[in-house]
Amino acid sequence: MEDKPAFPLPSEIADVPGAEDWASMYPYFTRFQPEDDQRFWFYNSMHFPEPMPAFDTITAEVPYSAIGANTARVFVFPTTLGIEHRIVNGRVYITAIPVLDEAEIGRRAAIFGERASYYYENWDALYEGWKDRMRGLIAEIESVSVPSLPEFEDASVVFESIGVAQNHYLRENFHRCIDLFSKMWHHHTEMLMLGYGAYVVFFQFCKQAFPEISDQTAARMVAGIDVIMYRPDDELRGLAHLAVEAGVDDLFTEGCSPADVLAALASRGEGGKRWLAAFEQARDPWFNVSTGDGFYHHHRSWADDLTVPFTALPRYVDQVRSGTLAARPTEELRAERQRIASEYRSLLASDEEKAAFDQMLGLCRRVFPFVEDHKFYCEHWFTSQFFAKIREFGALLARFGVLAEAEDVFQLHHTEVDQALSDVMLAWAAGGPPLGGRYWQPIVSARKRMLAVLRDWSPPPALGPVPEALNDPAVRMLWGVTQERIEAWLSPASDEVRGFGASSGIVEGPARVLTDVNQIGELRDGEILVCPVTAPSWAPVFGKIKAAVSDIGGSMSHAAIVAREYGMPAVVGTGDATKRIRTGQLIRVDGDRGVVQVIG
Amino acid sequence: MPLVASGSFDRGSFDRDSFDRDSFDRGSFDRGSFDRGSFDRGSFDRGSFVRGLAEVGVADVARVGGKAAGLGDLIRAGIPVPAGFVVVADALSLDPSVLRSVGEVAADDVAAITRVAAQVRAQITALPVPADVAGQITEAYQKLDSGSVAVRSSATMEDSAVASFAGLQDTYLAVRGATAVLDALRRCWASLYNDQSVAYRRRLGLPEDGLGMGVLIQRMVRPRAAGVMFTRSPVTGDRSVVTIEGTWGLGSALVAGEVTPDGFTVSKVTGEITARRTGAKVRLHSFRPNEPGISTSATPDALRGRPCLTDDEVRALASVGRRVEEHCGVPQDIEWALLGEDPLLGEDPLLPVAGSAVLADDPVDRIRLLQSRPETVWAARERAPVATPKPRASDHVLAWLEKPL
Repeated sequence: MEDKPAFPLPSEIADVPGAEDWASMYPYFTRFQPEDDQRFWFYNSMHFPEPMPAFDTITAEVPYSAIGANTARVFVFPTTLGIEHRIVNGRVYITAIPVLDEAEIGRRAAIFGERASYYYENWDALYEGWKDRMRGLIAEIESVSVPSLPEFEDASVVFESIGVAQNHYLRENFHRCIDLFSKMWHHHTEMLMLGYGAYVVFFQFCKQAFPEISDQTAARMVAGIDVIMYRPDDELRGLAHLAVEAGVDDLFTEGCSPADVLAALASRGEGGKRWLAAFEQARDPWFNVSTGDGFYHHHRSWADDLTVPFTALPRYVDQVRSGTLAARPTEELRAERQRIASEYRSLLASDEEKAAFDQMLGLCRRVFPFVEDHKFYCEHWFTSQFFAKIREFGALLARFGVLAEAEDVFQLHHTEVDQALSDVMLAWAAGGPPLGGRYWQPIVSARKRMLAVLRDWSPPPALGPVPEALNDPAVRMLWGVTQERIEAWLSPASDEVRGFGASSGIVEGPARVLTDVNQIGELRDGEILVCPVTAPSWAPVFGKIKAAVSDIGGSMSHAAIVAREYGMPAVVGTGDATKRIRTGQLIRVDGDRGVVQVIG
Repeated sequence: MPLVASGSFDRGSFDRDSFDRDSFDRGSFDRGSFDRGSFDRGSFDRGSFVRGLAEVGVADVARVGGKAAGLGDLIRAGIPVPAGFVVVADALSLDPSVLRSVGEVAADDVAAITRVAAQVRAQITALPVPADVAGQITEAYQKLDSGSVAVRSSATMEDSAVASFAGLQDTYLAVRGATAVLDALRRCWASLYNDQSVAYRRRLGLPEDGLGMGVLIQRMVRPRAAGVMFTRSPVTGDRSVVTIEGTWGLGSALVAGEVTPDGFTVSKVTGEITARRTGAKVRLHSFRPNEPGISTSATPDALRGRPCLTDDEVRALASVGRRVEEHCGVPQDIEWALLGEDPLLGEDPLLPVAGSAVLADDPVDRIRLLQSRPETVWAARERAPVATPKPRASDHVLAWLEKPL
């Protein structure tokens, strides 16, 4: 045996003591197989930094089902098929299936060229259509009703001879939710790989022409200005202005409770009414922004939980009063983006290179509105509604005693929810009690205990033999997994936390580790925020902190985009920064290399 | 020891009045401290062997050498350069038969090169500097009113596009007194015929007649930190960054390879410092205004691990580098000094009153350039274009996705 550092094989991973039964939470097709030991897998800490509650595995199952369909079958990408995923000790590991045979690549390329160029050439129109379809899906998920299962059916079932009772719709409507979620992800990945492809090609050109350009600077040349993800924060700023203007600003104090403020506003006459009306308008859809990235049910949206917006509002109100709440300087940002691009262009060696640069940059800017905005529609708006709907089914199951509380529905895999709903359908029809309480509640309790135990497990960054070459474009584009990164995984420096450089710059400062967005009130000026996810919903505190470090997220994540705009260094997707860094430690954040060092 | 020979480097100078902000009026910098009339601009009459640095430019390369012409040009472009004057190349005239004998030596005949070169050097150093030349130099040196000066070779072929001649000819730092200046002048002349210079020319097959050597005499500046700067990355050839290396004190420690310097990379486009490295900087070169020669000492521990430049200073250097590049039209390799407190002594009690005047706050005003030459390594490299235009923009992406990574 060689002494070279290596990753453990999947078969070598031992069950975490106290959670030996973890596999019972997940379907059979997520388990490592003996032959999986021959392949290289990496931990998808970018999307799944926590152990998976059983229901939440749908955010792996469905996206991988959709992305592979689009790359392997729909667009017929020449060098890659799809992505396989496995779960061990609650963590999601993935690997891509590349196409290596030259003849096969050629055969696929012929089909791919035609299909992909149709999308590139008609991008703007297709994206408009995409938005329409996505709004349609959102309207559909919002309209799904969870049957109330009353004692007697409504009379219309008889007098309109509907002939189908509500318990039928329990399953049908639950399936509608799952099906719509699946469709949403098909659309999500419909344009995503092509969008990233255009970006990666431009990026590679920049790296070759300017070997020392930082990732962020290349990104700044294409970054959009009117990005939809700025809207929620913009809406809050608008509401802060209105609070002052309408004379209700005294209600917004640090630590105020959203319910109390809203109740008080109702009795504040015209001003209060105006503010509430504006609030309702801003709320839908702009508060459908998740405090995470749309992969876990417990990353609630602003709409679900008003704590985040009501933590930010008092600060914004203060800033309005002191005249320091500035609007985003969009014109300056636009001019700066243009200046950077044209200066790099002028440094190119020949007119030929300049012409190629213009083509690539132009294409990138064409596809970028989709790349930047799709997440709001998919992971935030749609997914917030989706989880809210599942929660309603959970409430029904709790009402019938199958679950102890609504939230417990997320401890069941969606096929198990299906079973529990069947139980309720039968019981309602028969008039007896459902049997699920006795069956599911101990399972739910055991799973919650296991998840708590699994949370402390440190998953290896990768499993299996190190590949000779990393030849999958998807893995590179979406996860930034490169040979260099694998080497860093193999020899980690003990005082270093590595992630993705999301926004450039190097700063030092005291760390403030927050595990929950509701703790943002603890942040002090000049601290470095270390948190599980820097979702855009954290943006209101970006003005206060020196840098942000997160367990989750990629360099094209919205947090990264917002951090760049604030000119604040950020390292995202570290996997375990919140575990390895403690509040008060002095840390150095290098947003260029994606490294965080504990220095004191 | 009145002189410190430093054939392998020619950095660092001390400008006594550089602490005095008023005398450093950009653009007219050199003229203020010189009697302009004594350097007859434009016309080289036979009897004049000395010209003010601000009076020369690229058109004068054949008479003043590449280094002096380049610096003169920078002064006129408003770039801060220590004041000085040039002894023109025709101040040195050698017997044509001597030149012939050098030109006839075979490039690979090391013994012959050593013998012939030694003969020429002996001839130059044996002869006194002609009285009229010596008189003019003494007068110009006194007018410079600097005390310590740097005496630097400026060969006419130096810094040309074909060959850099970097470091082949001598430089003498912290030279004091007219006699010592004349002595250093003759050594500079002689260094045109040191073994490695002759071997270098023979290897490139360059003609010996028409070869000349200007000698540059400039005020010494005593910097807090000094070093080099490349307006095109020497490592990757990236034109979008400025690479800066620096060390405490005189830059000679860096160029001589005695220290591992601090390194900084600055984006020309965004101004961001995208890479930095703090070197050990174990040795430190310095000099005292009232003593000839430079001394080398161990860098105090407290300074070794500390960067010799602040971020503002790094950015200021990069911006000056960009101005020079823009002025010259091509990427430049630059030697720089940054005025400030002596790293060993802090505020110097021995400096004249004017010298203890408050330093400029803006780091740009504390920068002095000691040399700038066109970058030659990457310029000479043929490189295929990174990409060429395709029929459709999307063809770039298709081409990438259609080939195995």
